[in-house]
Amino acid sequence: MRAAAIGDAGATSAAPRLELRGVTSTYREGRARLTALSDLSLAVADREFVALVGRSGSGKSTLLDIAAGLIEPDAGAVLLDGVRLPASARLGRSAYLRQRDLLLPWRTVVGNAGLALEIAGLPRQEAEARARARLGEFGLEGRGDAFPAQLSGGMRQRVAFLRTILAGHPRLLLDEPFAALDALTRTELHDWLLALWEREGQAVLLVTHDVEEAVMLADRAVVLSAAPGQVAHVEEIDLRRPRRRSLVTDPAFVRHKAALLDALGLLDREDRA
Amino acid sequence: MTEPLVADAAARPSARGWIRSWAPPALLVGAGLAVWEVAVRVSGTPVWLLPPPSAVARALVEDRSLLLANAAVTLTAVLVGFALALAAGLLAALLIDASPTLDRALYPLVVASQTVPIPALAPLLLIWFGYGLLPKVLVTALVGFFPIAVNTVDGLRAADRETLALLRAFGASRGQQFRLVRLPAALPAVFSGARIAIAVCVIGAVFGEFVGAQAGLGYLMTRAIAQFQTDRVIAAIGLLSLMGIGLFGAVALVERLVLPWRRFVVQTGADR
Repeated sequence: MRAAAIGDAGATSAAPRLELRGVTSTYREGRARLTALSDLSLAVADREFVALVGRSGSGKSTLLDIAAGLIEPDAGAVLLDGVRLPASARLGRSAYLRQRDLLLPWRTVVGNAGLALEIAGLPRQEAEARARARLGEFGLEGRGDAFPAQLSGGMRQRVAFLRTILAGHPRLLLDEPFAALDALTRTELHDWLLALWEREGQAVLLVTHDVEEAVMLADRAVVLSAAPGQVAHVEEIDLRRPRRRSLVTDPAFVRHKAALLDALGLLDREDRA
Repeated sequence: MTEPLVADAAARPSARGWIRSWAPPALLVGAGLAVWEVAVRVSGTPVWLLPPPSAVARALVEDRSLLLANAAVTLTAVLVGFALALAAGLLAALLIDASPTLDRALYPLVVASQTVPIPALAPLLLIWFGYGLLPKVLVTALVGFFPIAVNTVDGLRAADRETLALLRAFGASRGQQFRLVRLPAALPAVFSGARIAIAVCVIGAVFGEFVGAQAGLGYLMTRAIAQFQTDRVIAAIGLLSLMGIGLFGAVALVERLVLPWRRFVVQTGADR
């Protein structure tokens, strides 16, 4: 089961965009030393959408922080495009989006959206011009000069997406980006993200609590067990793309969903097929 | 994907809103003055003890050139002292923020600057620097320094950790993190400190003039008190209040111009 998570596809073609090999990560809480991730291996190939599903405390966010270079694991290796890199060299190589949009309240929509480009060394005006050129695509037409506090939650998260995509990285790390939104806005953004990803084709690693979200979006869903986080199950989701909303009643969709719920320990014995 | 815009109307006050916010205090002050005037006249209180508002108004008009000339001297001390307080306060805050060692070394000194009894210090400054502008400026700067330094330190420490982590993930250097997040996040706190500072700077300047000066509203008041020119003293107090309110308003105005995003955040109560 572990081997499947490493992704055999990467071995035959180019190296995976992101690969974690035997990663173990601990953190201190008071005097105790707790294990967030234990000997975890995972790979995301180019143009592949992988969802990471797990309960709270299964170390999902830690995993993304490790991939982004914010944390160095205690053991194991992290490879970007097949090259093993230390944390400091991983910074600035992936686009990262979190549950909170983390927009800067003192910057306008284009000012926020251009932030990653500015950090990468582009002059502010140039970064903002590039952001402005893509506002329509992100449903932000005419709102370029608004401040974040003037926008709804869905719009704010789309500004955060624009900031993430504009950086132009081949890896997207998404940490529950839809969790804080209402169900309708979330559905809308799912469709929108799929359309965007099908155009741009990044390697996506999406952390989510939502099993349906994982089946709807991903090529592969990896279930993490809680404390310490380990790969408990890998579900290959071979539903045809482009995926439509009507899929949710498809028997195959329901089967994948049930398998993930089962792996999370959320199905009663009688419910199992 | 059109979504409703969270209210950004009403950010600009209407004429009616302006009247609504200014009418109550104006009425209250007007009523207070009327009661004062009537009470003094009915009771026959002597003018040197408590002059009626009409006498104060007369003093304001008749002595206007004297009052304004001295107000200009006080205003100069306030402005120069405030500028000094701002520069020193920001510098101290940046140093305290820059390293834990400097924090441990400097923070107690910042607090100590506030515990120095000004009544004890002002005469010393007089001995050292004479009766000119400098000792007043120093007293003013000393009282204004503390709120600016402390608020700025708090503001720099208040930056959102998750936002800083995101910036690091984007590859931002420490300098970029400071320029793009920590400094702008601290500005509202800097302005809070500046608003407090400008108010106490007026008090500081007048106190400096009380102790020993050759001009200024504080100097004028000590002279007038000695001669029982109570109407002139109250007129000077009124001018000082106006000066304080005006300076406070000026700082608030600069804040509005520098931080245009603030009104939306305050209004919606969102974020931070």
